[in-house]
Amino acid sequence: MDAVLAELPAFARAFGATLSLLLISGFGALVLGVIIAAMRISPVASLRAFATVYTEIFRNVPLTLVLFFCATLIPYINASFSDYYVLALLGLTVYTSPFVAEAVRSGINGVAVGQAEAARAIGLGFGQVLTLVVLPQAVRMVIPPLINVFIALTKNTSVAGAFFIFELFANARGQANQYGGDVIAILVATAVLYLVITITLGRIAEAVERKVAVLR
Amino acid sequence: MSSVLYDAPGPKARRRSRIISVVGTLFIAAVLGAVIWVFASPRVTAGGATQPGLFDPTRWDIFLDRALWRGVGEGLAATLRAAALASVLAIAVGVLLSFLRTARSKIVRVPTTVLLEFLRGMPVLLMMLFILLVMNTGSFLAVVIALALYNGAIIGEALRAGVASLPKGQREAGLSVGLTPLRTRFLIEFPQAFRQMLPIIIAQLVVLLKDTSLGYIVGYPELLRTMMQNYGTFFGSYYLFSLFFVVFAIYLGINLLLSWLARVVARRTGNQAATNFMNGGGGIFGRRRKKDFVDLSQPEGSVALAGAASNDFSSDN
Repeated sequence: MDAVLAELPAFARAFGATLSLLLISGFGALVLGVIIAAMRISPVASLRAFATVYTEIFRNVPLTLVLFFCATLIPYINASFSDYYVLALLGLTVYTSPFVAEAVRSGINGVAVGQAEAARAIGLGFGQVLTLVVLPQAVRMVIPPLINVFIALTKNTSVAGAFFIFELFANARGQANQYGGDVIAILVATAVLYLVITITLGRIAEAVERKVAVLR
Repeated sequence: MSSVLYDAPGPKARRRSRIISVVGTLFIAAVLGAVIWVFASPRVTAGGATQPGLFDPTRWDIFLDRALWRGVGEGLAATLRAAALASVLAIAVGVLLSFLRTARSKIVRVPTTVLLEFLRGMPVLLMMLFILLVMNTGSFLAVVIALALYNGAIIGEALRAGVASLPKGQREAGLSVGLTPLRTRFLIEFPQAFRQMLPIIIAQLVVLLKDTSLGYIVGYPELLRTMMQNYGTFFGSYYLFSLFFVVFAIYLGINLLLSWLARVVARRTGNQAATNFMNGGGGIFGRRRKKDFVDLSQPEGSVALAGAASNDFSSDN
């Protein structure tokens, strides 16, 4: 316990680093994921095919591999890309985006078909059906699974910590090496800091889900 | 292609669609081409010397070496060994936790709920480090135990959702023919829940297989570590990309196969909730549109089930 108290500033910095990884790569994944989802439902076959292949590849490759590629191979290919923080953000963003895309797509699919049929029947076009009828309903359904994706992302940032980045996991590993007698306290404190983020997000997801359930 | 969102295209729309299609294809091809070009162009080392591009045959000649393929075999075997053991344990842990979580007594249920939150909310990697340092188990067991606990917690929640979604009559029927509550759970409810949740369990096993690669970080020589650390150092960074590519292809192949299996199982068992989710079909953008999303013929709980299941499935790890 003494080690945790003595290194409190390091824990605080690590917590901030994890949060900023989460926020930045979460935002990046959201943008990229929505673009991929849009490509996947577009009427253009080549965009659809590309989005499908992209989703299948990144959903089926371990995050460790993606981050290894970012941290080791990209600097090898071109030495001018060697800011590990940016590379870790890139890896987390690219890895998370297909999960965002799938959450968005399944949310849109969750809107009853009759809604779209009714919108078409009163003469709305493709864009109008989407923006006026389908998306406003889909957004509500998308939020809970999206939060789950971000919970997973929070936990995944720990993998980035293993590749030259300072955040909660890297901090825990370093402290555990330094204070051999206090390993349990250090690791439990780290776990609690992760749980602060993930459980808060989980509660928000539950609250939203309850609200949506009433609307349905 | 029949979608509710737009009409069958006429000549004008078809022409426009073709133009966008060509432009889109060209754009994607340009991006991919640029990536390949960067990979293939000669590399300038920090010392100023030039090396051939990544696709140069001299970078791939190690694959003629039989010893390397033995390494691939060993690494893959280590990955599969950890994944297989962890999968079996994870299902066992999942069954156990789903029982404890639904226990009648509060003394059992509440601590289990807290434990589940704890296991699901913290990174697997941290769990591995904990087991490695605190229990001093060695890296293999650290990987296996952490994966079993984490994925067991998720499988347990899926099974619980599966039991909750069964029609109430199942339990009542079991009790009324004289089975004890525990036997009713075991013999009547559980087999059905397990079958219904099988696709989601398989999907979770894909996640488990992917996460064995975290062994790279805690020092278990699985596929990635064997190739990149052991062979990578031996052959030198000149072959880094080639080695990585092989690992990438193997992981992708195995996981695509398992995902496909999960989809087949989902279709075979005729589980509407799981099938819908896994195909992403059945909704507005689905190709084959059998039913509307909310299926009124199903029992009350099934909508909640679809939500819970899909959340577990989409939240990767």
